[in-house]
Amino acid sequence: MKLKQLEGLLGELQQFSAPKVELEQYPTGPHIASRLIHTAENTFGDITGKIVADFGCGCGTLGIASALLDAEHVVGVDVDPGSLEIASENAEQLEVSIDLVWCDIRNLSWKGKCIDTVVMNPPFGTRRKGVDMEFLSMALQVASGAVYSLHKTSTREHVKKAALQSFNAATAEVLCELRFDVPQMYKFHKKKEVDVAVDLWRFLPQSVSRAC
Amino acid sequence: MRLLTHNMLACNVKGVVNGYPLRLEAEVVAERPADFNADFLRHIFARIDWKAFVGAARSLPEEHAVADLPEDAEPSMLASEDFLRRFHHALLELHVEKGALVCPETGRRFAIDKGIPNMLLNEDEV
Ligand SMILES: C[S@@+](CC[C@H](N)C(=O)[O-])C[C@H]1O[C@@H](n2cnc3c(N)ncnc32)[C@H](O)[C@@H]1O
Repeated sequence: MKLKQLEGLLGELQQFSAPKVELEQYPTGPHIASRLIHTAENTFGDITGKIVADFGCGCGTLGIASALLDAEHVVGVDVDPGSLEIASENAEQLEVSIDLVWCDIRNLSWKGKCIDTVVMNPPFGTRRKGVDMEFLSMALQVASGAVYSLHKTSTREHVKKAALQSFNAATAEVLCELRFDVPQMYKFHKKKEVDVAVDLWRFLPQSVSRAC
Repeated sequence: MRLLTHNMLACNVKGVVNGYPLRLEAEVVAERPADFNADFLRHIFARIDWKAFVGAARSLPEEHAVADLPEDAEPSMLASEDFLRRFHHALLELHVEKGALVCPETGRRFAIDKGIPNMLLNEDEV
């Protein structure tokens, strides 16, 4: 599937109807989401025919994009049941099949490295400090292939250090820097849209470098 | 929820040691065709806990229960298209829409509703 076509389809998805501030619920827009998944597949071959998990899947954008690029099996996880219902409707709308699990990422208990690729746009940790690193830590525990994630550019050094030293990643690489418009959905945002510089990361878990 | 997802999940309550596999109590199952991909099945085989998988497949309500998968499987079976087709069907085409997952150690139940297992924990379980 062409990038433009993927972006177009993602633009049709329904997004959070009543976003919860404390969970940092804002969607990954179709522009960024399509590029993230398209890059993961076209540059690295990490989506098609793979088992993909979408952590903090919200309304399912990244997981559904993976399914559209022929991931064999997709599992979306979110702590908010309302978003999962929207994700389920979105998948049906685009005629793809994804599994959904209602769970807090911190309490996931999955068997070994059962996932090939984790894709995620975790909360940045502006509401509850450290939640972004909890997502990354868990992603590197379940992924045998690669982890794609978005983090604020201002935290680049911290992310790199945590991934390599604390979470035992083999590599941590910034693929590109993006502008992320966080729409004014929360009262504490004074401006209409807040433009945040965000890095698209690719992490490899340790076992990969040993196996190859 | 497909059986592939079931194969990955363990009981996540704090302190539980033998929380795998979760016993599947399926009430409603839907069948939805998925593209057959032999390479994927060969790729995933080593990662599947076969005992848990067959146990879940056999436990499904009568009209969906899978009886034609062997108790034990070995890599040599992956050469058989017939075996791969059955493996594919049970792993990827059966969706548990309603039911529960039950922890083998504590009996803790995780409800499955609209295909979504609820693995959210209570405060005293984390
Ligand atoms: C920034 S949004 C991204 C949503 C979606 N992945 C997307 O790309 O449009 C973060 C998501 O993480 C979820 N979330 C926040 N904390 C979580 C936690 N501890 N466990 C699981 N999900 C969580 C929120 O409900 C929200 O859907």
